Amino acid sequence: MTVTEKAPDQEIGQARRRKEDQRLITGRTRYTDNIVLPGMLHLAMVRSPYAHARITSIDTDAAKASPNVIDVLTGADLGEGQGVCINAWPITPDQKTPVHLPIPSDRVAFAGEIVAVVVARSAAEARDAAELVDVDYEELPAILDLKEAVKDEVLAHPDLGTNKSALWVFDSAAAGTGGDVEEAISKARQDGVLIEREFRQQRLIPAFMEPRSVVVDPTGEQLTMWSATQIPHILRFALAATTGVPESKIRVIAPDVGGGFGGKLQATPEEWITWAIARRVGKPVKYTETRSESLMAAHHGRDQWQKLTVAARKDGTVTGLKVELLANLGAYVAIVGGGVPVLGAFMYNAIYKFPAYHFSCQTLLTNEAWTDAYRGAGRPEATFAIERMMDELADELGVDPLEVREKNWIRHEEFPFTTVAGLEYDSGNYEAATAKAKEHFGYDDLRAEQRRRREAKDRVQLGIGVSTFTEMCGLAPSRVLGSLDYGAGGWEHAEIRMLATGKVEVVTGISPHGQGHETSFSQIVADRLGVPFEDVEILHGDTAVSHKGLDTYGSRSLVVGGEALARATDKVIERAKPIAAHLLEASIDDMEFTGGRFSVRGTDKGMALTEIATAVFTGHNLPDGAEPSIDAEATYDPVNFNFPHGTHLCAVEVDTETGEITMRKYTCVDDIGTVINPLLVEGQVHGGLVQGIAQALWEEAVYNDQGTLVTGSFVDYTLPTAADTISFDTDTDSTACTTNSLGAKGVGEAGTIASTPCVVNAVVDALRPFGVHDVRMPCTPERVWKAIHDRDQDVASGAVPHFGADTGMEGVADRSTGAEGAGQ
Amino acid sequence: MIPAQFEYLAPTTVEEALSALAQHGDDAKIMAGGQSLLPVMRMRLNAPDYVIDLGGIDSLRGIREEGDTIVVGAMTRHVDVGNDPLLAEHAALISRAVVHLADPQVRHRGTFGGALAHADPAGDLGGPALALGAQFVVTGPGGSRTVAADDFFEDLFTTAVGDDEILTEVRIPKHTGWGAHYEKFVRVAHQWSIVAVGATVRMDGGTIAEARIGLTNMGSTPLRARAVEDALVGQPATEDAVGEAAQSAAEGTNPPSDLNGDADYRRHLATVLTRRAVLAAAQP
Repeated sequence: MTVTEKAPDQEIGQARRRKEDQRLITGRTRYTDNIVLPGMLHLAMVRSPYAHARITSIDTDAAKASPNVIDVLTGADLGEGQGVCINAWPITPDQKTPVHLPIPSDRVAFAGEIVAVVVARSAAEARDAAELVDVDYEELPAILDLKEAVKDEVLAHPDLGTNKSALWVFDSAAAGTGGDVEEAISKARQDGVLIEREFRQQRLIPAFMEPRSVVVDPTGEQLTMWSATQIPHILRFALAATTGVPESKIRVIAPDVGGGFGGKLQATPEEWITWAIARRVGKPVKYTETRSESLMAAHHGRDQWQKLTVAARKDGTVTGLKVELLANLGAYVAIVGGGVPVLGAFMYNAIYKFPAYHFSCQTLLTNEAWTDAYRGAGRPEATFAIERMMDELADELGVDPLEVREKNWIRHEEFPFTTVAGLEYDSGNYEAATAKAKEHFGYDDLRAEQRRRREAKDRVQLGIGVSTFTEMCGLAPSRVLGSLDYGAGGWEHAEIRMLATGKVEVVTGISPHGQGHETSFSQIVADRLGVPFEDVEILHGDTAVSHKGLDTYGSRSLVVGGEALARATDKVIERAKPIAAHLLEASIDDMEFTGGRFSVRGTDKGMALTEIATAVFTGHNLPDGAEPSIDAEATYDPVNFNFPHGTHLCAVEVDTETGEITMRKYTCVDDIGTVINPLLVEGQVHGGLVQGIAQALWEEAVYNDQGTLVTGSFVDYTLPTAADTISFDTDTDSTACTTNSLGAKGVGEAGTIASTPCVVNAVVDALRPFGVHDVRMPCTPERVWKAIHDRDQDVASGAVPHFGADTGMEGVADRSTGAEGAGQ
Repeated sequence: MIPAQFEYLAPTTVEEALSALAQHGDDAKIMAGGQSLLPVMRMRLNAPDYVIDLGGIDSLRGIREEGDTIVVGAMTRHVDVGNDPLLAEHAALISRAVVHLADPQVRHRGTFGGALAHADPAGDLGGPALALGAQFVVTGPGGSRTVAADDFFEDLFTTAVGDDEILTEVRIPKHTGWGAHYEKFVRVAHQWSIVAVGATVRMDGGTIAEARIGLTNMGSTPLRARAVEDALVGQPATEDAVGEAAQSAAEGTNPPSDLNGDADYRRHLATVLTRRAVLAAAQP
C-alpha cells in the first residue's frame, strides 16, 4: 500500500522525516569503505607503540615477502612527496608549530603515530604484513601531563626547545571593550566576593560511528580522493597547497559520511599517505582505519586546565572575570588546533554583562594524540567553567543559582548588546527561556523535595543543576576570521538548477555527515520556489559538483549554507520573472510570485516556475537576447555570528552510599530562532545532550604512565547507549535571528554545550551538605564517593584496559597453553 | 579489525571437537559464542591457527531437569538461559544474573559454558554458579569428569578444564523456593561488572535459614562471601541485621584497581551491594 502524504501549505516548520535516513541507516549507500574500484590496492599502517621514541631502524623485508604485498614504505621512502599536515590557524605570529609529516622518518611523538605503510592486494594481507614490519625504537622521555609540560623539563619535541606553542591573550581594558579585571579583583578582595576555582576538562574522543576511510584514484585527468570527512573543500585546498598537485587536478568527494562531531574536521596523515601511495603506484588505493586506530590516532577533544577568578559585589553583581587556561594540543598542532580554546575566549562571559574580562590561554605540546575540534569546540569548555562559577558564586552568597544568573544576564530589552569580549549579540530572551524551563521542570517542587531529603539525611540526595548558555555559531564572518589569523573565510555557496522536467537540483558547499541537511534544505527550497519537497534533490560533498564551499562545522550549515541557498532561490525567481512576463504577454511590473506561480496582477493568468524551467530548456519562445537559463548561485558571507541560547535544568539522585548518579529529570528550553524542522531540532538536541552528559558522567580518554591509551576500545572508553539515558523534556522558545533572512540560529552544538555544566552542577548541588565544591569529570561513582569522603579524586594509577596486554590478552593467551579457552 | 588468518573448524559432535583439539593442541582455540574470543582476535591480541567452533554441536545445547539438578548444556545461549522456566523456578539466581550480562547482542550470541570457561572475573555467571554450588562436567579423551564449583575457577581466565578437555555441561543443584537477587554495579549498562553480588536466600518465616553469596570481580576468580553467609543464618531480613552481616563481604578478597574504581572503593561496594542483594533476595 502506498501512503500519499498530503503536501503541507508550508514546509518550513514541518516535522518532516529525514529523506536520507533509509540509505544512511541500512548502509546501502556510498560510504567510503563501500567504494570498490578496479585493481584497487589496500593499505595497513604500522604504528608506534611508544609515546616518544627515536626510530633507529625499520626492517621491512619480511613484510615485503608476505603474500600479495606490493610494497612497504617508510617516511624516508616517501620523502618530501608525502606533503605535510597543516595547521590553518596559527593563533599568534610566534606560535611554535612542529613540522607534522604524515610519516616521520626519525622520531615518533605519540603512541599511534604511523612509521610505515604496507600496500597489498587485500586489506587482510596488508594487515598481516604490517605485523611483520620490525621497527627498532630508542625510547625518549615522554611528556604526558599539562601541568608538567608547562615546566619545559621534558620536551615533546626537543628541537623546539619548549613545549609552549602559543600564548593567546584578550584583555577588555586593552581592547577597549571593558574595564580592568585586576582592579575588579582587588576591590572584591576588600569589600566583595572573590571566587577562585580550577576545573579539569578531561580528554575526550569524538567516537563517530563510521571510522575514517579514504580512497584515492590517480587514474584519469583529475586525481580523485573519496574521504569520510567533514571538509572536502578544505581538503582539496590543503592537498594542492602541500603536495604540489594543481588544485584544478584535484577532485575530493565526501560521499555519505557517518558522523563526525568535529572529529572529521581534519587533514589527516592517513589521507596524505593514501594520496602519496596512489600517486606512486598509479593505482586506486584504499585505507580504512580499525576502531582501535580511530580511538588512538584520530584527533581527540578538550583536555584543558581552567583557572577562573570571579570578582563580585556582595549583592551578586559580577564585576570581573579572569580566565587562565592550559590547553593540550597533543603532539602536533592540528588543522584548527590552538584555535579551539580561542573560540572559547569569546564565550566565557556567556549571557552576562560582566564589565571587565581577561583571558589567557597557553597552548602546550605533549606526547599524546593531537587534539582539535569536538562538538562545541571551545564553547563547551567556556560554558562549563562560567556556569560552574555562577553556581559557586550563588553558593557563596547563599542564593538560588538562577537568581545570581538573572542578576547578571543581559535583559531582553537590552539587545542588541555588545559584550565585554567584543561580540554583538543580536537577539535573545533569557527571561522567557528560563521561565518556561522552570515551569516545565517543576523547579520549586523539586527544590522543596531537595530540602526534605536534606533534612531527613536521606541516603539518596537530590541535586538540581542549572545551566544557561549562549554560543557564537554560524562560523563565520570572513573578516572576523581574518582578524584572528585563520587561514580561510567563512562564507558559503549554493546553486539552484531548475531542471527541464520541473525538478530541482540544489548544490551546496555544506558537507552533511548525518545532520539531515538533505531534508531541511529541501524544505527551504520547496517553500521558496513553491515546488514539492520530493522534487528537490540536494547535491553536496563533491568538489566537481559543488565547486565552492567551506563545509560543515561550528553549527554553520543552516545559518550560513541555508542563507546562501535562500539567496540563490531569490535569484532564480528574479531570473524567471522577465521570461514569465514574456510568456504571459504582460508587463514585468505586473508579475507576482506566490506558491511557485507567476501571475499577472489583477488577472487569473499565470504559470508555474517549473513551466518556465521547461520553456527555458526548449528555448523556443524567450524574450529577445534572454539567456536560456534561470539557474542561479549565491555566495553568502555572514555579517555576524548568531547566538542561540537556552536554559537547561536537571535533577539527579545521588546515592551517597555508592556514589551512583541516577538522572531523574532533564528539561531544556533552547532559543534557536526560526525552526525549519522541529524533528531534526529535537534529534540534534537529544544527541547533543547525551554527548554533553557523557562528558559529565561517562567518557574520558586515559593514558597510562607510558603514554599508551588505556581507553583504546569501547570496552574501556565508556560511551553511553540508550539504556543509560532518560527521556528528555525539550522545548524551544523563539526570538528570530536578525542577521539572516531565515531568522535561524545554529542548533548542532547547543545540547552539548549546556548539558555538561548542568549535570555537574546538579551532582555538586546534591553533595553541598557534605561540604563538596567540585567533582572532577567524568563524575564517576568512585569520584562522587571519594568527594563525599574527602579523598583524592585521581584515577587509580596503573589502570589497564579490559582486553589488553596485561589482562585480556594474557588471560586468553594463558588459556591457549593451559585450560580450555572457550570465548564467552 | 581483521584477525590474523586461521582455520575454522566446525565439529558437529563432542568427539569430533575433542579430536580436533587433540590434533591441534596449543595452536587451537575453542569458540563457544566468540563474544570475548573474537574481539581479542580482531584486536590481534591473540592469533590462534585453528578456531574450533562448538556452535554446530546440538547435544551441547539445552536445559533439562534431572532429579535434584538442573542441567545446562554448555552451548546454551544466555538469552535462552534467561528465558528458561526451570532455572527461574529452581535456580533463580542464574536467571537474575544472566539478564544483566553485557548487552542484547552478546546475550544472543554468547553461551553459558563459554562465559564460565572464559573465567573473566568480571563476568556475571561465575559468582552465581559458585554460590549455587554448580558442578562442571568436563569431557576429554578419556571420558567425562565432574569438577565442583569451588575447584573450577583457578585464576584469572584459568579453570580446571585441561588442555585436551571441553566444558560440556553445568549441573546446578535445585534451590527451589530460594529467593534470589543479582546486584550489579556499572557506570554504563553494557559494561563488565565493576563489582556485582549474587545472593540467594532460603527464608524460614521471617528469618534467614540459609544464604549463599557469590562475588563478581572481587579477585582473580569469582568468590563466595562465606563469612557473610554464616553470619546471616538465623538473622531477620532487616536492614540492620543484614547490614551488620554484610560488613565482612570483602573479607579475603583481592579486588583490582582500574578506571572504574580502586580496590578500597570496590571493597566498600561489596559490603553495600551484599546488603542490598540479600535484602532483595529475602523479599517474599
